[in-house]
Amino acid sequence: MRSHVGQYPGLRIWAALFFVFLYAPMVVLISYSFNTNKLAMIWGGFSVRWYEKLFTTGGIADAAFNSLVVAVIATTVAVVIAIAAALVLVRQRPFGGAGISTALISMPLIVPEIVTAVATLMFFVIAKAAIGFDFGIGNIVLAHIVFCIPFAFMPIRARLSDMDGTMEQAARDLYATPWQAFRYVTLPILMPGVIAGAMLSFVISLDDFIITQMISGPGTTTLPVYIYSMIRNGITPEVNAASTILIAASTVLVTIYWYVSRPNAK
Amino acid sequence: MKTLLLALVAATALSGAAQAEGQLNIYNWVEYTSPEMLAKFEKETGIKVTVDTYDTNETLLAKLKAGGTGYDVVVPSQHFVEILIKEGLLQETGAGGMSTYANVDQRWQKPVWDPEAKYCAPWQWGTASIAYRKDLYGKEMTSLKEFFEPEEALKGKVQVFKSPDEVYNLANIYLNKPFCSENAEDAKAVQGLFEAQKPAVVTYNSENQNDNLANGTSIVANNWNGFTMRARMDSKTDIAYAFPKEGVVGWFDSACVPAGAQNADNAKKFLEFIMKPENIALQSNYARYSNAIVGADKFLDKDLASAPEMNVPEGVPVKFGQACSPEAQKLIDKVWTKLLQ
Amino acid sequence: MQRTQISAWLGVAPAWFVIGIFGVLPMLIMLGISFMVADPYGGVEPAYSHEAYIQFLFERDLDDSLIFNPIYLNIVLRSVGLAAITTALCLIVGLPVAYFIARQPESRRDVLILLITIPFWTNLLIRTYAWILILTRNGVVDARLQSVGFEAGTFDLLYTNTAVLIGLVYSYLPFMVLPLYASLEKMDFRLAEAASDLYANRWRVAWEVILPLAKPGIVAGCLLVFVPSIGAFIAPDLLGGGKRMMLGSLIYFQFATARNWPFGAAVSILLMAFVMLALLVYARVNKGQGLPAGGH
Repeated sequence: MRSHVGQYPGLRIWAALFFVFLYAPMVVLISYSFNTNKLAMIWGGFSVRWYEKLFTTGGIADAAFNSLVVAVIATTVAVVIAIAAALVLVRQRPFGGAGISTALISMPLIVPEIVTAVATLMFFVIAKAAIGFDFGIGNIVLAHIVFCIPFAFMPIRARLSDMDGTMEQAARDLYATPWQAFRYVTLPILMPGVIAGAMLSFVISLDDFIITQMISGPGTTTLPVYIYSMIRNGITPEVNAASTILIAASTVLVTIYWYVSRPNAK
Repeated sequence: MKTLLLALVAATALSGAAQAEGQLNIYNWVEYTSPEMLAKFEKETGIKVTVDTYDTNETLLAKLKAGGTGYDVVVPSQHFVEILIKEGLLQETGAGGMSTYANVDQRWQKPVWDPEAKYCAPWQWGTASIAYRKDLYGKEMTSLKEFFEPEEALKGKVQVFKSPDEVYNLANIYLNKPFCSENAEDAKAVQGLFEAQKPAVVTYNSENQNDNLANGTSIVANNWNGFTMRARMDSKTDIAYAFPKEGVVGWFDSACVPAGAQNADNAKKFLEFIMKPENIALQSNYARYSNAIVGADKFLDKDLASAPEMNVPEGVPVKFGQACSPEAQKLIDKVWTKLLQ
Repeated sequence: MQRTQISAWLGVAPAWFVIGIFGVLPMLIMLGISFMVADPYGGVEPAYSHEAYIQFLFERDLDDSLIFNPIYLNIVLRSVGLAAITTALCLIVGLPVAYFIARQPESRRDVLILLITIPFWTNLLIRTYAWILILTRNGVVDARLQSVGFEAGTFDLLYTNTAVLIGLVYSYLPFMVLPLYASLEKMDFRLAEAASDLYANRWRVAWEVILPLAKPGIVAGCLLVFVPSIGAFIAPDLLGGGKRMMLGSLIYFQFATARNWPFGAAVSILLMAFVMLALLVYARVNKGQGLPAGGH
């Protein structure tokens, strides 16, 4: 029975169904990007007009670029902050500030988006009037870092808990510097949590609309802000076309990664 | 921290929203500013235009109220023009004294929301009423009664706007009540009407009405005129726009200049520019809504000029929503929250 | 203070700095707003009032006496209930998947994790529209059924509770699966082997070995799904038909259409207090230190 340990009937099928569920809307979304009809949801025939429009008018492409820049920077900073906090909050015991720190980090998760949006807008306006604090798109990045932190922190903490520090201790005993111990021992152990946290932060940042719209200024329209502004005049398949390009590009990157990392697979 | 600072520096450099000479920052709905018209404006004046977008009048108000937005031209609807003026969030442009103001149709000159035309230039206007599937409904829709007190066959086939703004006023028109009433009895009457209609409603939604009409999820739906025209042309189904005898609700968007705009002179040039018939026609052809400029008709696309949705029949009143007093607004909110509790 | 304590504070300092300035300060502004008077055209007037908190539970009769008014409470309870169901469904769907991925060869794991997130690089509104196309009458599924002889509208789930749940579960699945995966991936499968030698029943192994090991991930995942989904309104509105208001729409409505910022702020503060309290109770029950310290 050894070969069956930890294996459960139907697990593979369950996972397959899961991915079908996940990608069914993607298939619909992609096929409707070739819809000639201006009404996003009524099929009018095949065409690539929305792709042509995408490449000629640019508005949506600029917005997508802004979104990516914000998401990448916000995710990177949020993950670094989350790693530092998680290492302390899981490893350092006893730590007097653990409870209050965890509460603080969970806070952005709990606040309804519109409240954060209005409050942050007022904050930035006051800060600008008082000390001339205004970073343009940097304001958006800062706000995104705040609400990305809990999404980066939770998976990293889940990864760390129940793991003791014996490996690092061993490394330190072998005269590794704290940095070396972190870089070559702790970080590799943390990696799945870091990847999960980074992915969630990235997704959350890329999708944020209400907060971003409130604090955005001239030239800083992001993709979700652009898309929601379309509602009044009808969302067109151009949005599907932009999404399709994003999906295609990321799939290509994943495939490349897959081939590059293959030799390591056993 | 180094990373954070670097990120901020990089991000600030990227934003580069120039406030320099020859710049104009427009804040408007998406697909609501004709790129052709902007290109013409840039060519004529040498001013560089950027366009950013928002989703609702409420967002615009909140942002202008907070201050320091950096936008030079905004495009609020009529009741928000009133609010923005009251709140001191717009600056006087002397639109009424501009050389091109004479082109504005008599009926739209010095409107109630900007009685001396001191602030804004007309952008686009339209109506909100009801669109319906003529083939499935089987007859012409001539009264708001058919929408608010639908016959049995329409049960589960009526779609209503998601936000009370326009449908509340449609109800007022039907019940012959004044807009923005502060009388609780009026609100009760409207509430009774909404509650009685609710069992027939399939969804409260302002986004998918065209799709729902086209695939038969709804037969009767709140809709705007331009949106309905698009549905009729694109869906290849028999969708019609009703002009009920009691009247329809109108909306009117204007181009205005926020107080403290950095490029106010350029903004004024823009206001002057859009009141020329050949320019605003480019905008109408793009966004497919009516404009208020005499003489623009001859530059319009044929299908647009002759569209039934665009031409209000004789005898059907068009009533424009106003900015309600806090008491009146509270009653509206109460009715709506109770309806959807 | 001991050196370890100082280094601990240094470790959480960046989080304190960023969230403190850009998260807590704005929230204090919001707390202040909830105790002010609404400005008729949005914003607030600087005058004290706790009317907003009273409005949450009572309405004023004509003679100014207070009458209990459950409509806002109804909306809160509905939203919390829906969030709880969503969380449970995400867990049921996501746990086997996370376990499956954790048992894959290393290089395949990363790819599968990426594959889970790619659909969410598209916009929430557009994903929801895609679901509408799948669920609606004459939609992708219904049209296929018609082509093999079924009547139009045989498959029409749009504007039903099922549609809302599909939309919500879909939106939040990665927030469950990824933390679960992060904690399951470290699992030493020799433990399971040893356990199966002892128990020889793989379902008991699942219950007594795997589930406890997954607990930190379950806690993290449930938090990341439950809390944000209380405020969710795009899926309920677009897929459910918007005939019943959700907490997220109520708060949005107060800030936007109703222009009653103090009430919107008060509802948000109450919501935050409720969630914080729930987390504290959870932490007490689990004898954790402070807020949910998963797995202890």
